[in-house]
Amino acid sequence: MPSLKDLKNRIASVKSTQKITKAMQMVAAAKLRRAQEVAVAARPYAERMTQVLASLGAAYAGRTDAPRLLGGTGRDQVHLLVVATGERGLAGGFNSSIARLARDEANRLIKEGKTVKILTVGRKGFDILKRNFADRIVEQVSFREVRQLGYVNAQQVGQKILDMYAAGEFDVATLFFAEFKSVISQVPTALQLIPAKFDAPADKSGAAEISYDYEPDEEAILNDLLPRNISVQVFRALLENNASFFGAQMSAMDNATRNAGDMIKKLTLVYNRQRQAQITKELIEIISGAEAL
Amino acid sequence: MADGVKIEIVSPERLVISQQVASVTVPGSEGYFTVLGEHAPLMSVLKPGFITVTDLGNVAHVYYVSGGFADVAPNGLTILAEDARPVADFNRTEIEALIASGQTELEAATTAAEQDRLTNQLNDWRNLLVEAQAAGAPAVH
Repeated sequence: MPSLKDLKNRIASVKSTQKITKAMQMVAAAKLRRAQEVAVAARPYAERMTQVLASLGAAYAGRTDAPRLLGGTGRDQVHLLVVATGERGLAGGFNSSIARLARDEANRLIKEGKTVKILTVGRKGFDILKRNFADRIVEQVSFREVRQLGYVNAQQVGQKILDMYAAGEFDVATLFFAEFKSVISQVPTALQLIPAKFDAPADKSGAAEISYDYEPDEEAILNDLLPRNISVQVFRALLENNASFFGAQMSAMDNATRNAGDMIKKLTLVYNRQRQAQITKELIEIISGAEAL
Repeated sequence: MADGVKIEIVSPERLVISQQVASVTVPGSEGYFTVLGEHAPLMSVLKPGFITVTDLGNVAHVYYVSGGFADVAPNGLTILAEDARPVADFNRTEIEALIASGQTELEAATTAAEQDRLTNQLNDWRNLLVEAQAAGAPAVH
């Protein structure tokens, strides 16, 4: 049985932990709001880009002369997994769930006899994946020092992927990140970057029927847009990740605060019981001492 | 054009403007062109340059874009630009730095195609500096 003093110390320490988790929760909530705003502001660009590419790309469907970024290299032997995670922990299962999805995918590909290369964005993903795939990680990018994620950061990553593709280092690239659904739900997602895949244009009534003029020509536009699209998708993934991270951190810290509260309640109960037991014991000692006289 | 044209300039980070205007002049890859209302559908790559937006009150607003893409559709003009900002925020030294780094890249380039590409890029940036002087008076394109 711990002594009264020990119990008192433990209650005090849990209380200060609770204060920290409470503060972290509030900070995460404030940052989440900002991250969400940024993610929403970035949406129109990505949406427009996808629309335009989808309508342009449809013309190349099934053709062999399509640009390489759209049509692929014709093989799917070497896979590049781009795994975007957070820079910090203390966000519940956020980092590990993205890493798990990537790990499962990597294991599946390896089983099929494919070559897997991994590029990690964010320190946590690297820490987790290096345990199993240390020799397969070809690059790691970290934005630890970056305060506000900008498009330039995504461009760095995008350029890296494009350079590797141009050098023929992989055939298929897939991007892993957590899609932000709501504060309590973030879904780890895999998105194929190269060769580019597009959903069919949502409203067929609009863009599809108009005959466009192209300047300089369709192919040049496509060649200009496809590399940009890589950076845009990476940027979108980074922003979604950022929002997801703070969402996950907020709910994790909320849980931690609540758990700390429960723990304090339990410890206080034990403390009070023990204090009463001690008082009773002392009383018995005094009374029986007085009777003996 | 009584109705004018709806323009949206979007950068990856935000929606720069979205409004109904009288006309828009944009730096197409084959030269500047102006879009009025009911323009034929057109897609064009943009060079680094200046977008002149003339609003319904006939006042010109100039924006700088570092290249991008214009989509003229029946419902308006959408410009996707990686970097778009009001001309007041245009920074000359930034472009000069780009030219300097492009120059060193050009000297390091080995293939003819690469040299061509970099030379074109350098010329684009140099033109931009010349245009920048005229940008105060946007009509001079």
